[in-house]
Amino acid sequence: MPPSGAVASAGCTCYGRFMSFPTSDVVSSHSIWFLRGVRAAASLPGLILVSSFVGFAALAKDAGVTVTQAAFMTGSVWALPSMVVLVGAIVSGATLPAAALAVTLSAIRLMPMVVALVPEMRAERTRPWVLYLLSHFVAVTSWVVAMDRLKSIPREMRTAFYAGIGGALVMANIIVVTAVYAVADALPSTVSAALLMLTPMYFLTSLWGSARERAGHVAMVLGLGLGPLFHVLLPQFDLLAAGLIGGAAAYAWHLWRRKDRGA
Amino acid sequence: MSYFSNNSWWWPYVFILVGGFAATDFWRFLGVYLGGKISEDSDVLVLVRTMATALVAAVIGNLIVFPGGALAHTSPALRVAAAALGFAAYLISGKRMIIGILAAELILVLGLQLAL
Repeated sequence: MPPSGAVASAGCTCYGRFMSFPTSDVVSSHSIWFLRGVRAAASLPGLILVSSFVGFAALAKDAGVTVTQAAFMTGSVWALPSMVVLVGAIVSGATLPAAALAVTLSAIRLMPMVVALVPEMRAERTRPWVLYLLSHFVAVTSWVVAMDRLKSIPREMRTAFYAGIGGALVMANIIVVTAVYAVADALPSTVSAALLMLTPMYFLTSLWGSARERAGHVAMVLGLGLGPLFHVLLPQFDLLAAGLIGGAAAYAWHLWRRKDRGA
Repeated sequence: MSYFSNNSWWWPYVFILVGGFAATDFWRFLGVYLGGKISEDSDVLVLVRTMATALVAAVIGNLIVFPGGALAHTSPALRVAAAALGFAAYLISGKRMIIGILAAELILVLGLQLAL
């Protein structure tokens, strides 16, 4: 039985903590850095993220997604824009392929973020599966906190530190989503309206702030207008159409401006 | 094939796994694989970023212009004004997200209290 054998051998390093002292230094310093990562998650970006998950929970409940499904979505997708796109697709009655395509397009931006994070996080002896596992935690907030803090962390401890940040943010927000479902029905309508406004405002500000080039701002302005326009013209493919057309136009603007400067 | 088209308990989870989990983690795993191999400034990544940004911006636009739930009962002018002034507050305050978000919420709640 190779699977259980693999688990047992991987487990050895953990059990070593209780059985023998020589290995305990490494293990305990890993857990110390893990806990420091947990503490780093309790930051202003972390707080803003929690409040936008409050907004997401309100949105998902409104769409008819159950509390277990919303908690599952939080843990398994873990990228708020993609989750909101997914809920948007659910509301508009999109088929699974159309929903997957829209979510895929919204999640492409995670790839360059991971590309930038991996060299910061990797130590000489880091095994690839650790990086693949930790990449699941990559989303705007944990990425911003990690890019800010990792430089000052001993290289060997960076994966433990990032596991602390990511694990804490995921757990906290699963709890938040569950809690909001429990109280949402009892809220006055003004509070519910205010909660639903959190998500668009969080994205509006964080997306503008995280744009790496001017073309990102052009793409954002185009998307803001094209989204509602295609919502009327092409209800089932509104997000896809706005993303492809708005994105291509912003990219054309980027090329044109560069050529203009070069000349 | 839509989220609510199948009454089995497991269908929404399959929908989330395929449409959400696979669709996002594919890019994360590709990022680990490519980490260090491609430059962040390459042209392909600029196009990738503008398309993803436009798509998420489209979501924002829809959430403000065609919202659901309690927000649907508010006036479109109030929602657009709250978002626009909140965004202006964000820019004026030196890109402080918390200021932009609180300003938009304040305007929305005040507008609802004054029944605009």
